[in-house]
Amino acid sequence: MAAKRTEPAVETVTVKVDGCAVEVPRTMPNWQGKPEPTTVLQACKQAGIEIPHYCYHPKMPVAGNCRMCLVHVAMPGRPGPDGKAPTNEDGSPKVFPMQLPYEPGTPRGVIGCATGIVPGMEIYASSPETKEMRKAVLESLLINHPLDCPICDQAGECKLQEYSVDHGQPESRFAEVKVHKPKAVDLGPRITLDAERCMLCTRCIRFTASVVGDDALGIVNRGSYNAISSYPGQPFDNNYTLNTVDICPVGALTSDDFRFQMRVWFLKETKSLCTGCGTGCNTVIGSRENRMYRYEPRQNDAVNSCWMCDAGRLDYKWIGRDDRLGKLHGPRGNTTWPSALREISGHLAKAAEGSVAIVASARQTNEELFLLNKLAKRYKALTDSVPRNGEADHLLVAGDRNPNTTGAQLIGVTTQRVGSKLSAIVKGIVSGKIMTLIVYGEDVTQHGIDAKLLGKLKMLIVSDILPNATTRKADYLLPGCSHAEKRGTFTNVKGRVQKFTKALEPSGDAMPEWEVLHELVHNVTGLDGFNSIEGLFNQMADEVKAFKAAGLTWASLGDNGADVKL
Amino acid sequence: MPKETKLVLKHADEAGYTNDIGCYLKHGGYRTLKKAFRLKPKKVKGAVVTPQEAIRREVLASGLRGRGGAGFSCGMKWNFVNRKSGKPIYLICNADESEPGTFKDRQIIYKDPHQLIEGMILSCYANDVKLAYIYIRGEFPEGAKILNHAINEAKANGFLGKGICGTKYNLEIHVHRGAGAYICGEETGLIESLEGKRPYPRIKPPYFPAALGLYMCPTIVNNVETLCNVRNVLAMGGNAYAALGTPNNTGTRIVSLSGNVKRPGYYEIEVGKATLGELIFHKNFGHGLHDGRKLQAIIPGGSSSKVFRAGEKFDIKSKDKRGEVVEQKLDLLDIPYDFDTLMKCGSMSGSSAIIVLDDSVDIIEVLGNLSDFYAHESCGQCTPCREGSLWMAKALKRMRSGQARKGDAGYLRHIAHNIQGRTVCAFGEACSWPVLSFVDKFRDDFEQRGAEDETRLAKRGAEATTR
Amino acid sequence: MSLEVPKKLEREINRLVKNYPEKRSASLMVLHALQEEFGYISTEAEEWAAARLELKSINIHELVTFYPMLRQQDPGRTVVRVCRTLSCALAGSAKLHGHICKRLGLDADAPGLQRTKDGKYGVEYAECLASCGTGPVMMCNDDFYENVSNDGADEILKKYDE
Repeated sequence: MAAKRTEPAVETVTVKVDGCAVEVPRTMPNWQGKPEPTTVLQACKQAGIEIPHYCYHPKMPVAGNCRMCLVHVAMPGRPGPDGKAPTNEDGSPKVFPMQLPYEPGTPRGVIGCATGIVPGMEIYASSPETKEMRKAVLESLLINHPLDCPICDQAGECKLQEYSVDHGQPESRFAEVKVHKPKAVDLGPRITLDAERCMLCTRCIRFTASVVGDDALGIVNRGSYNAISSYPGQPFDNNYTLNTVDICPVGALTSDDFRFQMRVWFLKETKSLCTGCGTGCNTVIGSRENRMYRYEPRQNDAVNSCWMCDAGRLDYKWIGRDDRLGKLHGPRGNTTWPSALREISGHLAKAAEGSVAIVASARQTNEELFLLNKLAKRYKALTDSVPRNGEADHLLVAGDRNPNTTGAQLIGVTTQRVGSKLSAIVKGIVSGKIMTLIVYGEDVTQHGIDAKLLGKLKMLIVSDILPNATTRKADYLLPGCSHAEKRGTFTNVKGRVQKFTKALEPSGDAMPEWEVLHELVHNVTGLDGFNSIEGLFNQMADEVKAFKAAGLTWASLGDNGADVKL
Repeated sequence: MPKETKLVLKHADEAGYTNDIGCYLKHGGYRTLKKAFRLKPKKVKGAVVTPQEAIRREVLASGLRGRGGAGFSCGMKWNFVNRKSGKPIYLICNADESEPGTFKDRQIIYKDPHQLIEGMILSCYANDVKLAYIYIRGEFPEGAKILNHAINEAKANGFLGKGICGTKYNLEIHVHRGAGAYICGEETGLIESLEGKRPYPRIKPPYFPAALGLYMCPTIVNNVETLCNVRNVLAMGGNAYAALGTPNNTGTRIVSLSGNVKRPGYYEIEVGKATLGELIFHKNFGHGLHDGRKLQAIIPGGSSSKVFRAGEKFDIKSKDKRGEVVEQKLDLLDIPYDFDTLMKCGSMSGSSAIIVLDDSVDIIEVLGNLSDFYAHESCGQCTPCREGSLWMAKALKRMRSGQARKGDAGYLRHIAHNIQGRTVCAFGEACSWPVLSFVDKFRDDFEQRGAEDETRLAKRGAEATTR
Repeated sequence: MSLEVPKKLEREINRLVKNYPEKRSASLMVLHALQEEFGYISTEAEEWAAARLELKSINIHELVTFYPMLRQQDPGRTVVRVCRTLSCALAGSAKLHGHICKRLGLDADAPGLQRTKDGKYGVEYAECLASCGTGPVMMCNDDFYENVSNDGADEILKKYDE
C-alpha cells in the first residue's frame, strides 16, 4: 500500500485584521525568495486589505522610509511571573494597543512593510488612528510637491493621487514657501527626472543597485533638499533603466519615449509578450485608436518578475511604421485574399514532393509554425529558420533574439542548429529541384538565398509585414500581422509556452498569418482543422510531442503560460 | 551642600595633569585593566563564570545607564548582544557629541583620553570584541589626533594590539572621523556612516545593533562617558558604584550647563544628588542668573528634551523604600537631576545638558534657533522628519520676521505631532519635542505674537488701500 | 583629468583602508585625507576615491553632498566656522559672525559659506560645536577658539592673515 503523501504543513500564525481572525503563514518569501517572518503588510494582503505604501516593493529590499504603511497595532501581553499571558475578564487574551512610550494615550504605529507579525497581534488597518497617520504622511509628502498634476505624465497612475483620494485630506495647512529642486533633468538617455515630484522612496536606487547590479543612482544633498541623482556626467544608462519609471510611484521619473504622448487613462491595456528575445517577457501594450504608445512589463515570476529590458520595451515602433506592408500582391498586381488563396492553392496542388521549400521565421507563433509544418510534411519540403543571436545578460536578455526558436524546434520547422539546412535549400534552388519557396517573415537574401537565386524559382510566396529585398521579389506577397495585431503563443528559451492577445487591428489587407495558413493547409492537404486560435492551439498541443507531454491546453496557459520539458 | 563628585573627571582639570600615558599611569591608569586580565574563570554555584562574564555581571550590577541620551542600562545592552551568531562582535565608541548644549565628552577626549581607551579595552574584552572603533565628530580634529596618539601609546605599552597584558587577547581600536552630521549620533546612523554610506538610521526591527549592526554583525555602541564609567565600575566594584547616586540612577554624571547663567560649565555630580535649582543657582555650580534677570525656562537634557517653564510644578508618583507608591509635589527647581524624575516630569535628562533661558530671551527666537538646527541636521531619509523639520523651521522663520499668525501655535503643534513617533529614528522626537513643549508651555507668547503681527499687517493693508 | 595623489598621501590612504574589514568603510577617512591635501573634494578626487575603494563615483558623491565638512569647491585658505546654535547664540554668536564678515568684507546675511575675493577666507555658520559653556565659539580650520569677543576675533584672524 502506498504511503499517504502529505504536503509539509505550512506553519501558520493567527492574527486579527480589523477584527477578523486571519490565519497566515508564519513566513513568506522576501524579495529574493528567502523565507522571512510574514509582515503586517503581507498579513493584511492575505486578509484582502491593501495597506498603502510607496517605498515597499515585493521584489526589492525593504527600506521603510516613506512611512505610508504605518498601521496601528495591538500586541499580546507578555506572560507574567506565573507564565500566563494577561487575559480580559472573559478569559480571552488581552492585547495592548501600541502607544508612544513617553505619551501614553497617543497611538503609535508600526511600519507594515518591516514589522513581523506575532501570534495574537491585532492589526487596526482601518481604524481612525491608522487613518490619521496616513493623512499626516500624505500631508507631509504634498507640502513641497509641485501639485502639477495637469501636466504630469503620471497623472492617472500616480500613487500620490490615488492615496490622496483614498487616505488624504482636502486641504493643506502649509503656509510657507516650497523647496525648489531640479526639474526636467536628463537622468539618462531614456529618462527625465523631476526632483520636485520625487518623494525619495528610493525604489529606483534600490532597483538598479539590487536587482540590476548597477549602483548608478543615489541621493545627493541632505534633509529636505535631498534629491535623486546619477553621478554628474555619468548618465543613468543600463538596459533596465525604464523599469524605474514603472516603479516610481509618482511622476518623478518619466520615460522620454512616452512622456507627453498620451494621457494614460485613454490607453487600452492588452496583455502581450515582448518579442525582442527568447525570454518572452510578459507585457502590457498601451494603445489608443489603433496606435501603440508603450509597453509595460507584466508580472510573471516564472519569467520576468516585474521587469523588462529597455531594448525590448522600446522595440515596438516598427509595428506602426508607415511602410508596413498593407497590400496583398499577386503576379498581376493587387489582388484579394480569395483569389490569392485560390491561385496559391492551385499552384501548390500541382507541386511535386521535394519541389517545395519553406523558410519560416522563429518570430512566428507556435500555431503558424505548426501549420507551416503541415504544409512541409505534405511536400516533404526542406524547412528551416534563421538564427538571430546576440549577447545574453545576467538578468533577462537571452542570447537568442528570436522569440520562438524553441517553438520552431519543438514543432519541427527547424533543428537544434537553426539555419543549418539553408544551404541545402540553396543547393536545391541552384539544381532546379526546388521550384517553389515559401518564406515567412524573413529576408532570405540576407541569409544566402540572394535575389538572383530567387529569380530562378518558379514561385516565391512571401508573407511579411515590412518590405525587404525578398518581399520585392515575391510572386505572392501576403501582408501579415505583428504580434500586437493577432493572437497566438510563443515558446520561450526555457520552454515556457505563453500566449499574447490582440491589441490593434491590422491595417490594409493584412491578415493574421495563422488564418491564411489554416486556409492553405485545408485547401492543399484536405486536412480540416480548427478555425479558432483556441481550437488550433489545442490541436497542436495534441500533435506536438512536447506540448502533449505537458498536457497543454489554451485554457491552461492562463495569463502567465505553462512549462514544457525541453 | 550639593557638590561635585568627580569620578570620570577626577584628574582632568588638575593642574599639571596631561593627556599622555605617563601621566595617566602615574594616576593609577590601566591598573583596572591589568586586574581584569588577571581574572580567572570562577565557579559560582557549580557553574563556571568566565572573566568576561564576571565583568559583564559587574557592569550590570552597577546599574550604569548610558550617558549618551537614552539612558538605557549598559549591562542590559551588553546582554542583548547575540554571542552565538558565529560572527565577530564589534564595539563602537560614540564620540559624535553633538546634542546642542552638550560638551562633556570633549573634556574626556581632550584631557583624559586614556580613561576612555581603558574603558573601551575592558568593554571589548568583556564582550569578546576584537575590533573596535571610536566614531568622533568631524569638528574634533584635535580630539582625533589625541585619541590616535593615546591608542599608539596604549599599544606601545602592551594594552592594545596583540596579546594584551600577556594574554592571548587581541584588540585593535581605530579612530573614525565624522564630517558634520548630528544624525551620526544615532547609533544605526553612526553604523551606516562607519560603513561608508549616508548616515541613514536603520529601521528597527529588524536592524537592532545587538544582532545586526556593523557589517550586519552584533555591535555595541556606547557613549564616551559610559565607557569611562565601565572602567570606574570595575575599579571600584559594581555595588560600590551603585551606591553612588540614587536608586536606579546610579553613579556620577557630567552635567553640561550653558545659557544664561553666571558660571556655565561642566559639573560631575552623583546622579540625582543635586537639583535643577542647585545646578543653576548654587555657588558650586552655575552661580545663578545674571544680575537683574529672572528665570524664564530650562531646557534640562540637551536641546531635544522638552522645555520647562519657570514656576512649573509637578505631581509625580514614585515608590518608597518599602515599594509603596507615594505621591509627591515637586517644584521645577527641586527636581533632582537624574534619569527617572525628569522623565516623570515630562522631559528627560538626555545628554545631561542644561540650557538656562532668562527673561531677556525671546522664546520664539530660541525655538526658531533650535528648529533651524534640526532642519539642517535631518538626514531626509523618512518622510515625516524630512518634510516636517524644515516646515517647522520655515514657520518659525516667518514668525520671527513679523508675520506670525494667531493660529500658529496650533499649526506648529500639528506639524510636530505629525512627526513624533512616526519616523525611522528618534530624531523625529528630537526635532518635534522642543516645538511641542515650547508651544504648549509658552502658548501665550505665540498667540500674542500672532495677534500683534496680524493687527499690524491688517493696519498696514488698510492704509495701503485707502492711500 | 585624473588626480595626482602624492606617494605619501597614497601610503597614508593605504594605511587607513586597512583599518576596516570592508573598503567602503574608509570613505570618510579617505575623503578627509584628500581634502586635507587638496583643500576640497574635486570631481577628480571623488572619482579617485571611488576607484580606490572599488565603489561607484555616486557612492562617494552621496557623501560629499551630505556632510557639510566636505567641500565641493575651494572654501578659502582659512575656513572660519562660527557656531550658531542656541547656547552660542545666547552668548552672541550672531554678533561675532557679523563682525567677522564685516572685517573681511563679506555679506553676513547671505546663506552658506562666504568666501573673500582673494580666497584667503571662507566664513560660515556651523551647527553646535560642542563647547556650549564657553560660547561664542568658532573654528579656524582645525583650530578651536572659545569665548571669542569681537576684539578677540580680530586678534585670532591676524594669525591667519598672512
